[in-house]
Amino acid sequence: MISELLIISVGAILINNFVLVQFLGICPFLGVSKKVETATGMGMAVVFVMLCASALTWVVQNYLLVPFGLEYMQTIAFILVIAVLVQFVEMFLQKSIPSLYNSLGVYLPLITTNCAVLGVAINNITKFGGVEMSFIKSIVYGTSAGLGFMLAIVLFAGVRERLETSNVPEFLKGMPIVLVTAALLSIAFLGFSGLSF
Amino acid sequence: MSNVLIAVLIIGGLGIIFGILLGVASKIFAVKIDERVPEILEVLPGANCGGCGFAGCSAYANALCAGGVKPNMCPVGGAAVAEKISDILGVQAEEKEKMVARVLCNGSPDRAVQKYTFDGPRDCHSAAVLGGGEKMCPHGCLGFGSCVSVCKFGAISVETGVAVVDVEKCVACGACALECPKKIIKILPAKSKYTITCKSVEKGKITRRDCAVGCIGCGICAKNCPKEAIVVKDNVAVIDPNKCVNCGICASKCPQKAINKVC
Repeated sequence: MISELLIISVGAILINNFVLVQFLGICPFLGVSKKVETATGMGMAVVFVMLCASALTWVVQNYLLVPFGLEYMQTIAFILVIAVLVQFVEMFLQKSIPSLYNSLGVYLPLITTNCAVLGVAINNITKFGGVEMSFIKSIVYGTSAGLGFMLAIVLFAGVRERLETSNVPEFLKGMPIVLVTAALLSIAFLGFSGLSF
Repeated sequence: MSNVLIAVLIIGGLGIIFGILLGVASKIFAVKIDERVPEILEVLPGANCGGCGFAGCSAYANALCAGGVKPNMCPVGGAAVAEKISDILGVQAEEKEKMVARVLCNGSPDRAVQKYTFDGPRDCHSAAVLGGGEKMCPHGCLGFGSCVSVCKFGAISVETGVAVVDVEKCVACGACALECPKKIIKILPAKSKYTITCKSVEKGKITRRDCAVGCIGCGICAKNCPKEAIVVKDNVAVIDPNKCVNCGICASKCPQKAINKVC
């Protein structure tokens, strides 16, 4: 059991990293990665949303959609769940950590339509990687996916902070060098696909 | 039919439950927003030009309500808006001096010597990269209108190869001054009508070679100014707008015609 959870976790964080290997959730990855601080905040918000989303969507899927034969409503139902969660996180942040709320800006509501979060929910159901997802497993998977996102965005923010002070050729300044960096990071993460258990 | 009904009921039910939950949460996590902020936003022009020094109108409104910020910083709205904001905040309005952007170059192509003809993209930054632009003078207006494209108020235009500011439309937001790669646009008090339309700090001989209307730093204006408002520094004269009384003696004495009345 434990080893299975570990495999799921390592798989979601490193081998099938949501951002760098599956290319989900690129928008906040590029948008909120200017500073390590905000990137960490965004990462934590995504971890929380993914955790809750995978738990809630599992319940919705197995107790509402499957018994009534409504699997075709998956996307709508899941988006509804995710939207509510994000709204909740937004209210919470606005009240408790206004500075983080301000620096996340528009990207916070954008988690609603973030394909990474929906991807977690859908992957949970489609027996991702041939693993049958129980409730515990889907929570572990969701959290790991969030942690993977956080790892990617924080690493990337670190690189970008370093880029600020480096001598970049004029034609690569700004977004171009950021995209090149993201691609290199992604190639680096491909190395994990050699991990086997 | 019943399938459709079940689907509607379940998704609708989910929606309602979530709605109620969010409604409760919004009460618990309610944040007090200063009610003056939307009122001030209403009064502000909403151009989001950043002329006040804040990220936009809403940032300025927030800063105003937080205190410690003067209500007269909006260059677009001017005195009228400052008064309204002061009413809302309940503080006394201060007169803000009208500022305006001045282009410190008058070297149209017939006056300034050209080095070469620039064929590249029609924007000043591209031209500036290539040997500092077409003009011999390294401080000359490039005339490709990068300032025109950033002006949100249509107050600046390039007609004879040099940018010209429409004082009536200019709100002194400073966007053009920031954009200009040559940094020859300055935000100056509007009350001084005379400006030294040159920024060449080169020696007089070189300036004279490069441009027919460049300031050569001879100092005749400074000597003739009755108010001692002109100082020559680094081979270029500068008028202190606070001392200037718009007599126009400097403009008439300048041998290079580098001092001009710009309304």
